[in-house]
Amino acid sequence: MIQEIKEETKTAKDQVIYMDNHATTPLDPRVLEEMIPTFNKVFGNAASRNHAYGWEAEVLVDKARDRIASLIGCTPKEIVFTSGATESDNLAIKGVAEMYHEKGNHIITCVTEHKAVLDPCKRLESQGFEVTWLEVGPDGLIDLGGLEAAMKDSTILVSLMFANNEIGVIQPMAEISKLCKDRGILFHTDAAQAVGKVPIDVNELGIDLMSISGHKLYGPKGIGALYVRRRKPRVRLTSQMDGGGHERGMRSGTLNVSGIVGLGKACEICQQEMEDETKRLTGLRNRLKDRIFSSLDDVYVNGNEEHRLPGSLNISFSFVEGESLLMGIDDVAVSSGSACTSASLEPSYVLRALGVGDELAHSSIRFGLGRFNTEEEVDHVADKLVGVVERLREMSPLYEMALEGIDISKVEWAHH
Amino acid sequence: MAYSEKIIQHYDNPQNVGSLDKSDPNVGTGVVGAPECGDVMKLQVKVNPESGVIEDAKFKTFGCGSAIASSSLATMMLKGKTVDEAMAIKNMELVEELSLPPIKIHCSVLAEDAIKSAVADYKKKNEKVTEQEPAAAAV
Repeated sequence: MIQEIKEETKTAKDQVIYMDNHATTPLDPRVLEEMIPTFNKVFGNAASRNHAYGWEAEVLVDKARDRIASLIGCTPKEIVFTSGATESDNLAIKGVAEMYHEKGNHIITCVTEHKAVLDPCKRLESQGFEVTWLEVGPDGLIDLGGLEAAMKDSTILVSLMFANNEIGVIQPMAEISKLCKDRGILFHTDAAQAVGKVPIDVNELGIDLMSISGHKLYGPKGIGALYVRRRKPRVRLTSQMDGGGHERGMRSGTLNVSGIVGLGKACEICQQEMEDETKRLTGLRNRLKDRIFSSLDDVYVNGNEEHRLPGSLNISFSFVEGESLLMGIDDVAVSSGSACTSASLEPSYVLRALGVGDELAHSSIRFGLGRFNTEEEVDHVADKLVGVVERLREMSPLYEMALEGIDISKVEWAHH
Repeated sequence: MAYSEKIIQHYDNPQNVGSLDKSDPNVGTGVVGAPECGDVMKLQVKVNPESGVIEDAKFKTFGCGSAIASSSLATMMLKGKTVDEAMAIKNMELVEELSLPPIKIHCSVLAEDAIKSAVADYKKKNEKVTEQEPAAAAV
């Protein structure tokens, strides 16, 4: 099956092994198949209540809503369709802030959140809201005691991500929501990386608002959803997009039927295959790690290894720089913690928040294994990587110094 | 980001990788950059004390492909030049030869600094050697 899918999804870059599934995932051909009729047959507006064209589209939307609800254990009415997780995050955070500002003006979030959470919070801060930016421990997990201590009477919202996009670390959702519930604080989570990858039941976990992305779970880009709790408590939001009053007034705009159908099918597949896929991906991830660690010294896994997404592996390779490492494995698509390419020369803010030194942050690679990766690919990537690291270390003045017993952290460097 | 053909050539087949004996009075060593900035270059020159001509040059670099290519090319350019000619090498020569994109110009600047630092080290060493000789003879 996987081989067939790979054949079908081959493109001009088919010589490059894709292991950047945190950034985006390929569209599953089964999802595409289900979307096709929405491009060439079903074109109705799902809001058209007076004729068969509208009804037909609405049936597809309802089916998708049911599938998404089933995956996360909510009711279909609690799903609000958006253009993606960024919009969902904005709607949740700004929508709650605007709706509940008379109750309080304090929001708690965390420094390792995605920019789609950090930036809306920054904007609210500039508008007079108070934001607490929680730190994380060296393993990437927040400190629950610190969260509790930050809560106060004016706190209206806690926004903490389910799984981190760079290191895959999963925050303790149930424990966080318990602290929120006890104080009547709403709890939003950006679950773009987690939905479809790990079991989620919004009631068991006590989540009030949850952002979902289509293209992170083998669905299409340009579609996402926000789960908005309707009972205990009934969460209200001030809409950020006004118009025809779609999605119970929370998000106006004609529904993206094609995207919605795709998201629905993608959720269904994830739900059906999650158990087996989790085992398979965890096996591949451990195989990749073991193969690298058995050949190289001075390599480190970033972030907690127990509470982590199955396909995530973020590794720092001491004494070599990330971009040159990527150049050496040019037949593999992965992401580097070094932002040298963006001209800012700033390493990843997530790795920094973990206390990873800048030099190690520059030397890190994020592997994101996904549905279409194979054991053969993992072996190829691991072996190639080991060879490149060895070659670059031979060329590295830092490695030479380390071999001479010099502590690199104590050297006084001439800064530019 | 797409790399130029020349950068890839130097990255795949870097010239003059290695180290010279730091304690040799005819060797000048320059180490520039910092690991937290993502670039460290070590560049060494071995100078013929009679002629002042650079007979050998070696480098080791921690950095991106452009940094590796810049230091590799720098060592190639150094060989056969006098120390004074070496001091006149400008980073723009590296930029042009390697077709470095604007965001990688700092790599060439670092290489120019490494050259200057290595030559300065050689000059400093040799000043000291001349000064210290009588004292050493007295012992």
